[in-house]
Amino acid sequence: MAGTVTGARRRRLGLRGDERAALLFLLPWLVGLVAFLLVPLVWGIWISLTDEQIVKVGEFVGLGNYQEILTDDPLFQQALGVTLRWIVLTTPLFMVTGLALALLLNQRLPGMFVFRTILFVPSVLSGVAVAVLWIVLLNGDLGAVNQLLRVVGVADPPNWLRDPGWAMPAVAVMGLWGIGGSAIIWLAGLQNIPPHLYEAAAIDGAGEWAKFRNITIPMLSATMFFVLINLLVDALLVFAPIFIVSGGTQTGGPANSLLFLMYYIYRKALVEGDLGYAAALAWILTVVGATIVWLAFRFERRVYYQAGAEG
Amino acid sequence: MTREAVARREPGGSVQPGGVVRPAAVDRPLRPRTGRIVHAAIVYGLLLVLTAFILLPIGWMVTAALKPDTAIIFTFPPEFVPTEFFHWQTFADALFDEDEPYLRYVANTTFLILVNMTFAVVSNSLIAYAFARLRFRGRDRLFAVVIATMLLPAPVLLIPQFLLFFQIGWYNTYLPLTIPTLAGNAFFIFLLRQYMRTIPRELDEAARMDGAGHWTIYRRIILPLTAPALTVVAVFTFLGVWNDFFGPLLYLSDGDLYTVPVALATQVSRVGTEWNKLMAANLIAVVPPLVLYFVAQKQLIGGIASVGLKG
Repeated sequence: MAGTVTGARRRRLGLRGDERAALLFLLPWLVGLVAFLLVPLVWGIWISLTDEQIVKVGEFVGLGNYQEILTDDPLFQQALGVTLRWIVLTTPLFMVTGLALALLLNQRLPGMFVFRTILFVPSVLSGVAVAVLWIVLLNGDLGAVNQLLRVVGVADPPNWLRDPGWAMPAVAVMGLWGIGGSAIIWLAGLQNIPPHLYEAAAIDGAGEWAKFRNITIPMLSATMFFVLINLLVDALLVFAPIFIVSGGTQTGGPANSLLFLMYYIYRKALVEGDLGYAAALAWILTVVGATIVWLAFRFERRVYYQAGAEG
Repeated sequence: MTREAVARREPGGSVQPGGVVRPAAVDRPLRPRTGRIVHAAIVYGLLLVLTAFILLPIGWMVTAALKPDTAIIFTFPPEFVPTEFFHWQTFADALFDEDEPYLRYVANTTFLILVNMTFAVVSNSLIAYAFARLRFRGRDRLFAVVIATMLLPAPVLLIPQFLLFFQIGWYNTYLPLTIPTLAGNAFFIFLLRQYMRTIPRELDEAARMDGAGHWTIYRRIILPLTAPALTVVAVFTFLGVWNDFFGPLLYLSDGDLYTVPVALATQVSRVGTEWNKLMAANLIAVVPPLVLYFVAQKQLIGGIASVGLKG
């Protein structure tokens, strides 16, 4: 038996016609996989175990970086807190508003195409341009937002991006401006629900709420999960608005209230040049991310509704 | 008309009152005409409020950019539509500024877009062809590796990749921002492979009878027929490169090499910014994606929706 397998393998060692072609077609991908992904991945683990700096080659320090991050780094605590607070604050907000907007855009009324086009506009713009625009609009003294708030009678509107308590809500407003992006995904999910389900429910005398609760929500569970995972991954990578808001200073927003984990890694690596420490931070960020996504998967298993079985 | 025929005209089919087909006898007493009008009024009202939320900031930006240096930018109440000033010179000032010539940044970014678009279209289609059409050992396992690379956490690759490019002398050049594109992108490979699999194999076989090799089949048959999917790749690459901030921020230190987002981020961090010029520069950053969006809306929305559905 073993002999036959070895024999067969030996015979198959020579490249057949298709295999030589495949090697050529896949060559750029294979080289890239090794050079840009696998080597950096392994090297990244090694760097995180050294005190590598931009200006000097590192020496092995074992788990020293990890130990310092987890036990003796108040800024890491701050960054972790900021990131988790952002997730708790914005995930439900963005999920509900995105779905609500998609439900509006899904109405069979004339002109929906125009609204859909306009509401998606911010999603194609660069995060930098959006942040530049909004820091001007949210300027505490002169910004258009506070001018409008004063017109409608708010005597003392918040100093948004300069106030540690309001900085995160201000960034969330920038996020809401781009909510059309996830609304498009929700809309695709809504339009995939077979209409006969609603017809059957209507014949049974179901009201709008009952149809939404018992048809729309279960049939959207795959979309919901996809949007959720995207929001969680995005939360771990928040960077451009924080860079713009901080305006080149050392802190992440007022009193570090916007020190997201990704921004902290950037500062450690490229501003302070502490590459080994930053590499260890990146691995911890990955573990945090994997844990959150794993929790989302566990949660999903409880609510997931197999659309295929019904549709 | 049969119920199915009506239903097919209602792809929206969600919580729309009056939209779902019901026996007329049930429909009339429950949904009187006024109810439908009220419903439409609420939907349009909400959508108009949201549209204002999207468009007013853009209007404010245009108004500010069209003001001369002498005019007040932060008026009370804020102006969202240009009425008094149409000082187009501000755009010329931003484009030909002595210290921060945006024309140069636009040219730099355009160069990066053209190179990356070419690289992305060529390499991703080659790789996808191998996975869609060639028969070789371990193909499915390799394709699973392609999908798995989508899950690799970007932050942990960041520092070793930076060190790698730094040490081989690619820092402060466009090489780190272009060469990795040749290695393909997992999502594009997936998209193109799925698309190529829908092209009938009879076409390949007919060509093979005429003596065509894989290169000819790829070049003469598959590539032209994949054009719609390749357009999606090109559109996403354009947006990705034009809006990319992190890559250029990391790898470019020479101001002459800056792309538009990096130039904007540096300009905004300076004290005493001229707001009209900053808003003009911001509009320069915003207009190309907007134009592309209006031209290629179908590809963009279709691409995003397909991600959502397959995810």
